Amino acid sequence: MIEPNRNGEVWVFAEQEDESLNDVSLELCTKARELADRLGVKMAAVLPGWNVRELCYRLIAHGADKVYYVHDTKLEHYRTLPYARVMCRLIAKHKPQIVLYGATPLGRDLAPRIASEMRAGLTADCTDLEIGDYTDPKTKTTYKDLLLQIRPAFGGNIIATIVNFDRWPQMATVREGVMRMGSPDPKRTGEIVEEKVEFNDFDLAVKLIERHREPRKVNLKAARVIVAGGGGVGSKENFKLIHDLAGAIGGAVGASRAAVDSGFIGKEHQIGQTGTTVRPALYIACGISGAVQHRAGMEESAKIIAINWDKEAPIFGVAHYGIVGDLNKVIPMMIKAIKERA
Amino acid sequence: MSYDCIVCVKQVPDTGNITGEAMKADGTVNRAALPTIFNPEDLNALEAALEIRERFGGTVTAITMGPPAAGEVLRECLYRGADRVILLTDRRAAASDTLATSYILNRAIRTIGRYDFVFCGRQAIDGDTAQVGPQLAEKLGIPQVTYYERLVDLKDRVARVRRNVGNGWEVVEARVPMLLTVLDIANEPRPPAAKRVMQYKRARTRDEVVREVAAEMPAATDAQREAECARRVQALQAQKLLMEQWNLDDIQADLSWCGVTGSPTKVHRVQSIVLTKEGYTEIPPSPEGVKRMIHELIVDHTLG
Repeated sequence: MIEPNRNGEVWVFAEQEDESLNDVSLELCTKARELADRLGVKMAAVLPGWNVRELCYRLIAHGADKVYYVHDTKLEHYRTLPYARVMCRLIAKHKPQIVLYGATPLGRDLAPRIASEMRAGLTADCTDLEIGDYTDPKTKTTYKDLLLQIRPAFGGNIIATIVNFDRWPQMATVREGVMRMGSPDPKRTGEIVEEKVEFNDFDLAVKLIERHREPRKVNLKAARVIVAGGGGVGSKENFKLIHDLAGAIGGAVGASRAAVDSGFIGKEHQIGQTGTTVRPALYIACGISGAVQHRAGMEESAKIIAINWDKEAPIFGVAHYGIVGDLNKVIPMMIKAIKERA
Repeated sequence: MSYDCIVCVKQVPDTGNITGEAMKADGTVNRAALPTIFNPEDLNALEAALEIRERFGGTVTAITMGPPAAGEVLRECLYRGADRVILLTDRRAAASDTLATSYILNRAIRTIGRYDFVFCGRQAIDGDTAQVGPQLAEKLGIPQVTYYERLVDLKDRVARVRRNVGNGWEVVEARVPMLLTVLDIANEPRPPAAKRVMQYKRARTRDEVVREVAAEMPAATDAQREAECARRVQALQAQKLLMEQWNLDDIQADLSWCGVTGSPTKVHRVQSIVLTKEGYTEIPPSPEGVKRMIHELIVDHTLG
């Protein structure tokens, strides 16, 4: 734990793997920049790794005033304990007021270990961060300019705002893709601060024996999000819109039988009674009227968005969100909204 | 060579099945109206521990921290094969955040003493934070291996574990003791064994006995009730059916690390999300409408 330090910097843990930065770290740079400007302090990224100095410049272009770069062969691949050692040492040394991590599998492994060692508060999976005041209902003391950590809880049924006023740094993990990533400014300048951290035997107690990374494949059953097109898409060429939306949202491409029979896309994409049955977190039905055979294959989806010009289309009967309109106009709007995520 | 496993389990409200009745008039969740379940990934954690005992010998001890009603998940552990179960319950532990919770669990595990593996579910469905496992490992001063998918090898107290990191997997190696957080894909949790259900369905914690006696003997004097409690507790003990119940004193917890005082994070505000209604939300085909919809989907966890 460190004492509240009003001049402390706003930090982002820069997550990199195989010499490439995770997008969420850059999204966090944009957010951290805003927070630091609001507080009138510097924004810094902490980059542990090996031979990744190039990435410092990207972090600076995305808003960092400083990058604490810890270059060590022991940090080439992520392991909890040496990474936690780096972060704890640097936090104790520089006393930042805020430290943000991506809520990735890596960030969710690392941040709580650090929070426990520092005895600091940590809020998981934030969807928004703001600066604001908090009055303790018991002591009536008002704490100014705290990090308001906003997150869904209780299976997404409530939204809670969490603060951490006495045991700093204020730390949070932030979900991927929630914050907007600003455009980089290659002309921005910043300072690269090289830091050295010693490791003890315990820090190196866990050995990495084998490591395997997979490119993401299209798999309808496993997809969290499916964007499906129907006969209403109109043509094979126009089906590109469906692919574009799926690409923007990180989803798989599905289709109704009408679209497959018209030759817009291959049969392996067909969803419905004669195709694949899916139950993703989000199903976006574009130009699909929603025949019962199709609905049988997708109505178990957690959330369904239907886009159709015909407001009488049966697909709206299973939808949670309905957009009555021209998909050629609505889909580009959605792509834009997803890219901006403002 | 045998291994002693400790499994941390939690009783949680069934957040996956929240209905309108579970919402109070002010829009907050009425926890009392929600059915409780065994946190799903904790069942995977228990299964992983039982598998180790079956292959290598040793013991499986389950602990849970919660209100007295959490005794139910401990019976579930007994039905599935746990050797020993411990309920950690104390009003002073209420409102603990993940840091205070991990401190308390750490005190309990240190009180148990010897162990090789601590198993936790990756996360609990009421908070989804996935923080208690790593924080507990730090408090115990042992390595953590999160996202346990399977045990690759275990020999001479050195374990190789395959962990699933979302976009791939890795195999890591470390010497016990270590803490593992288990994913739902790790295994298929066994159902309760009928024979063990018969054996343990009468297992009770001391608190449960007190409650039952109070309910069954409304007219009795306090002294009569106390005597009846003592008699029942003794009988359960003789049959090895008394589930251990510990409070913060039993584990020598420093109270400044527990409950509200021990929790750095404070809830500032809570807003409830309007529950799904009949029919669909009509979104106008405009940039603003679409933007609002995407924002809602991010906030409610669907996207992101």
